[in-house]
Amino acid sequence: MAEAEIQNYTINFGPQHPAAHGVLRLVLEMSGEVVDRADPHIGLLHRGTEKLIEHKTYTQAVPYFDRLDYVGTMNQEHAFVLAAERLLGLEVPERARYIRTLYCEIGRQLNHILNVTAFVLDVGGMTPLLWGFEEREKLMGFYERASGARLHANYFRVGGVAFDLPAGLAEDIAAWCDSFPKVLDEIEVLVTDNRIFKQRTVDIGIVSEEQALDWGFTGPNLRASGVPWDLRKSQPYEVYDRLDFDIPVGSHGDCYDRYLVRVAEMRESVKIMRQCLEQMPGGPVRVDDRKITPPPRAEMKRSMEALIHHFKLFTEGFHVPAGEVYAAVEAPKGEFAVYLIADGTNRPYRCKIRPPGYVHLQALDMMSKGHMLADVVANIGSIDIVFGEIDR
Amino acid sequence: MIQALTDLGDHIAAALPNDVLSTEINRCGELTVTARTVSIQRVLTFLRDDSACLFKQVVDICGVDWPGREPRFDVVYHLLSMKHNQRVRVKVKVDEEVPVPSATAIYSAAGWFEREVWDMFGITFADHLDLRRILTDYGFEGHPLRKDFPLSGYVEMHYDDEQKRVVYRPVELTQDFRSFDFLSPWEGPPPGDEKAAMPAADGPAGEKARGRG
Repeated sequence: MAEAEIQNYTINFGPQHPAAHGVLRLVLEMSGEVVDRADPHIGLLHRGTEKLIEHKTYTQAVPYFDRLDYVGTMNQEHAFVLAAERLLGLEVPERARYIRTLYCEIGRQLNHILNVTAFVLDVGGMTPLLWGFEEREKLMGFYERASGARLHANYFRVGGVAFDLPAGLAEDIAAWCDSFPKVLDEIEVLVTDNRIFKQRTVDIGIVSEEQALDWGFTGPNLRASGVPWDLRKSQPYEVYDRLDFDIPVGSHGDCYDRYLVRVAEMRESVKIMRQCLEQMPGGPVRVDDRKITPPPRAEMKRSMEALIHHFKLFTEGFHVPAGEVYAAVEAPKGEFAVYLIADGTNRPYRCKIRPPGYVHLQALDMMSKGHMLADVVANIGSIDIVFGEIDR
Repeated sequence: MIQALTDLGDHIAAALPNDVLSTEINRCGELTVTARTVSIQRVLTFLRDDSACLFKQVVDICGVDWPGREPRFDVVYHLLSMKHNQRVRVKVKVDEEVPVPSATAIYSAAGWFEREVWDMFGITFADHLDLRRILTDYGFEGHPLRKDFPLSGYVEMHYDDEQKRVVYRPVELTQDFRSFDFLSPWEGPPPGDEKAAMPAADGPAGEKARGRG
């Protein structure tokens, strides 16, 4: 019998595949069931955020950051306001810094709940997603009570946050911190030792320490490869240097470790949220500089000067002295950074957004080579990509 | 921290005297190394491998457009050293015509960043194995982050009923794009102020103006 000629063939994965986590189009060169090359085609969600920001004032630029990684939104706003504050040389009030830290951790919870449970869904488990979304719903309630919006918060401002927390919110967040670890335990009972889950993830997509550094991994993906690196510890911003928390680190760098690191991070994040609530002082939530932040509504009714300040801030905006700065934060997905060049006017001259997912997706080819087609799905799920930030 | 960065800058400048044009610490406490375009590979390799640097990660590569300047573009590399917990920014000035030596041989992560710089600014990279567009659509023309590229772009998509598919057509705005000039007229002389150009307070014209109060 003549041997059949086997040729490599190409398959198209996405952009409307449910496991593509958005609009990823993947061109896979297959040798039988084994992946030879994975070529991600991205940009289907490209909205030109960086170009738009060049045409907006600094305050108007903040909402664009919610629309990048729309899962943990405030972490992105944070990088931008930090960049602008460093150029302006602003010292943010204590209470605002605690509120920001608290909400960044809520953003991390939102992101990790979604990623972990969606990852489990990708490899075959439905239930954790349903349980996780119940918790996300509560967290988005906290977003809404602080900022007025469930998803696209637009809450952080250059010089502080938009509003103070309403009465009773801190108690409710504290109550959530008490109840959430139990939900996490229940999810872990279903997933962590699950035989099917382990078969799909253990030893899949192994990234060594050298590879992780070479491919620019940051965040949980880097830590899963055994590098103890977290910007909250190593280059602390806001109040992270006063808080007590641990950095979970993996050892093997496979999909399973990336899952474990994220689950452990959620537990640490609960600790951070509790400490923020305990330590949070009273006081103002924005800098007391009328050239940067608008005056209170009541003052505008009586003071002409306040009215003029308000008008100028919402038309012209404030001017940022010329200079450049690179401000990075530990976003849930990794190092999210803004490279801001100001030219002394009311608009950024250049605002480069450094999304962590962009770099991680680039390494998908390296991770998937030699794996089965179904493992590509596990790899995509485990590196935690959201197309809002990758395509910008 | 600042002292350590100053020392690092001096160390880099001393080790690569022919490749590094200048080192500078800005007011935000960041080290910027300006390098010769042709030496960028040597500079990056040194920064990655030297024991005082060990910048093992490239966290970002981006372009900046300065129309009117010669050469027109900056390519900015941001490197991170986890060993020394430091960051450095490396800048090279480039022209549209001259390709930048690619950093992909030094950092694997540079691949997509350089594709993005090519896509957005039209800066080419020599020895990049896969320099395709990345964020814009298949068949896109132009480089959108250049300052002379309009915000609204040149084309828009619509569904063509006859061809039964989505096609491009020249962009048509129902309302003109409005770019307001919000820069305060109170800072500096207002536009069209003929007195602003006059020499201050000497000569008869100046006296007369002062006399009127």
